[in-house]
Amino acid sequence: MTINRRDLLGYGAAAIGAATLGLPRAAKAADELTIAYNVNLPSWDPTTGPSAVNPTIQGLYQSVFDQIIGQKPDLSFTPGLLTEWGWNDDRTKVTMTVREGVKWHDGSPFTPEDVVWSLTRAGDEKTGNPIQFVWKNVNNFKIDGNKITGDVVQFDPVYFKWMSFLTGYILPKAYYEKVGAEGFEKAPIGTGPYMVDKFERNAFLRLKANPHYWGTKPAFENVTIKFVTDAASRVAEIESGSSQVTLEIPYEEYDRLIAKDGLAGSIKNVSDIGMIFFNDIEAMLDKNVRQAAVMAVDKELLVKRLLRGYGQPIATLETPEYTAFDPSIKVEHNPEKAKELLAASGYSPKKPVKFTIQTTKGFKPKDYEMIQAIVGMWRKVGIEAKIEVYEIAKHYELRAADKLAPAAFYNWGNSIGDPTTSTGFAMYGPSPHSVWDSKDLVDMINPLWGEKDEAKRIAGWKAVDKYIAEQAYVLPLMQYAQPIVHSKKVNVVQHVSGALLPALMTPA
Amino acid sequence: MRGESVQSDYARMLLQRFLVRLLTMLVTLFGVAIVVFVVIRVAPGDPIAMMLPPGASDDDIARLRALYGLDKSIVQQFFIWLGGVLQGDFGTSISLRQDVLGLVFDRLPATLELATVALLMAIALGVTAAILGARSRGTAIEAGIDIASGATLSIPDFLWGLVLILLFGVLVPVFDISGRVSPQLDLPFVTQFYLVESILRLRFDLTWDLLKHMLMPAVALALPLAAIIAQLLKQSLKEVLDLDYVVLARVKGFSETQVILREALKNAALPTLTLVGVQFTFLIGGTVIVERLFSYEGLGNMAIDAVINRDLPLIQGIVLVFALLFVLINLAVDMMYALLNPRLRHG
Repeated sequence: MTINRRDLLGYGAAAIGAATLGLPRAAKAADELTIAYNVNLPSWDPTTGPSAVNPTIQGLYQSVFDQIIGQKPDLSFTPGLLTEWGWNDDRTKVTMTVREGVKWHDGSPFTPEDVVWSLTRAGDEKTGNPIQFVWKNVNNFKIDGNKITGDVVQFDPVYFKWMSFLTGYILPKAYYEKVGAEGFEKAPIGTGPYMVDKFERNAFLRLKANPHYWGTKPAFENVTIKFVTDAASRVAEIESGSSQVTLEIPYEEYDRLIAKDGLAGSIKNVSDIGMIFFNDIEAMLDKNVRQAAVMAVDKELLVKRLLRGYGQPIATLETPEYTAFDPSIKVEHNPEKAKELLAASGYSPKKPVKFTIQTTKGFKPKDYEMIQAIVGMWRKVGIEAKIEVYEIAKHYELRAADKLAPAAFYNWGNSIGDPTTSTGFAMYGPSPHSVWDSKDLVDMINPLWGEKDEAKRIAGWKAVDKYIAEQAYVLPLMQYAQPIVHSKKVNVVQHVSGALLPALMTPA
Repeated sequence: MRGESVQSDYARMLLQRFLVRLLTMLVTLFGVAIVVFVVIRVAPGDPIAMMLPPGASDDDIARLRALYGLDKSIVQQFFIWLGGVLQGDFGTSISLRQDVLGLVFDRLPATLELATVALLMAIALGVTAAILGARSRGTAIEAGIDIASGATLSIPDFLWGLVLILLFGVLVPVFDISGRVSPQLDLPFVTQFYLVESILRLRFDLTWDLLKHMLMPAVALALPLAAIIAQLLKQSLKEVLDLDYVVLARVKGFSETQVILREALKNAALPTLTLVGVQFTFLIGGTVIVERLFSYEGLGNMAIDAVINRDLPLIQGIVLVFALLFVLINLAVDMMYALLNPRLRHG
């Protein structure tokens, strides 16, 4: 091909003309869906490294890799790659039935060997699976047709629930062994509803519907997921029509956008809560101070004023969707009683108890503003808290070293809704994520980890939650609502786990 | 004979200057390596704490530390890392689990293309405004240019980015808001220099798509620099325009525009050139925020993720490459200054 100056000028003029006429915004095909996503996808192996424990990117993984056991949008479990699962009577063996007729994205058959290989690999500490502490509890798998049995090393009642959670994915044994970790990063395959068509790190992911998919076929043939980490840019994406769906934008913007022609919204409480950890140091060792700090906070007001009414105040670390949610546990908002409690310990608004509260700023919606409001509520009853702002990375470091301030704001996700993954890890002293470390609580929680009677186990966790609320060992604030804005031409089904799943979207 | 001697001295001076700068460059890079290595390790945020699973025991934590080589002292870690760097091994990214150097070189071209387009825009805008201002000195046009430069300079690049997104992404949506290229396109490129390669392959459809994505972030980066160039060059031009040789050119009958372009600009441009070199390094630094804002897949965007994830090897690699770029640009500017400066050239 030869090109002369005249041609070049022609191209330029045509291009400028196209831009001016708005041709770049050419209508997208009906089977095309573009989503402005809020996080990047760092790695394609959903079972190793830091990405594996990042709840926000699980929606991307779930589009390509099926979870071992499926999960409905309300968090209930449903057959996935396993059609049946369970324990024997004395909880010494597990049995699993593998779905037949499933194919990998390359067309090869999905087999029980893939399941055994994946579970064995997940339980091997050398592979760097961060949830290895769960997977190592079952080994010595045996295959008989499409049935798998395994020996229980240590009974973990949540073993099967983890199959719908972090690192609970099956990878293709033959393909992975053939291409290796690096090859898999470049060309990942799964059994999920979508296949990876193109992936540009930090830019976009192109997905193509899996023609072999065993479940409901996705409605959109092609899905482009743009990684737009800046909230203002995501708002611009949806407002300009460049994307048809976006999520995690400020509530103010949500209200503004859904009022516009052609846009609609969906906002639902998800498995993510805001809370204030209390550390068992300084003033927090005084039960009156803790109880007063809890009672002084008007959570309804925080949700109404700061979160524009989106979200729900909570009394424990369990939300209504979680298995151990107990609506009978109430924590009253009673500033007068808070004053009395503080007075009993020698404090008053004129002679306040003093401590530091740490918070992030901009990590969660209105986090800093919320802490400012809480500090204001505390001041009225006799608590003078100094706010210290830190980055989330610093929070993790301090929490792991058990060096957080007496009070520290954080959020906690729990997309399988089990009490071990909410109250359990957040409040059990020996866990690196726990902050309150008193022996009474450790003793109360200890027997629950291996409790074989499910009803007794859940009742036990409810009792723990009640005890924590009475002792005011933590200040649960609210369950967050996840805002999703979308074109009116797309129907979006929200998942309580917070995962945005293109497979659940359909043309309106 | 005298001329040859001057030329030889000049060449020797250039070589000497080059070698000294090269040596300084190596020392600078070594210093940067130490500072970055130490600072990111003493700064708040432990990468291991960020990836701890809920049930991690002390043994699990120790195992993870050992896996990423963080169980050794900072001095030991530094020398292990330095040893690797000298052999071209910058380590493995903690969050992306890939070779750091490969990741950095994969992204660098995108940032270089963006920065270069922004620089060219800044020069074109700044020089035009400066010439116009100098030509119309003392008039409302000059005042207008001064006001516009001041206003442009007072707004940071990321804010320009937001303004541009609102104007040309939302209100009049003619340009793409995010990314480097449309995901739907099939790219035949073999390098990461997409823009350059699209031109070389005469794939102007792709060139246009790339420019559509690049234009807004490039303008956001270019505007503050254009204002600086306009101010400085205009001032230099005004000073030069009163010199005898320029007056002589006018007497010879050259028009004011010819006087500026043929006689004044060459001498007035020298201080601007030095400034542009320094400012170009700042412009590359500015890509970090602007790339994030426009979801542009460059090195700056990756740098933010690396910092958020406390990905120590990746941060080190990115900062070292940025530092290398900075010193190379400074070296180039310095050498160009020596080449163009008549005082140095003529001994």
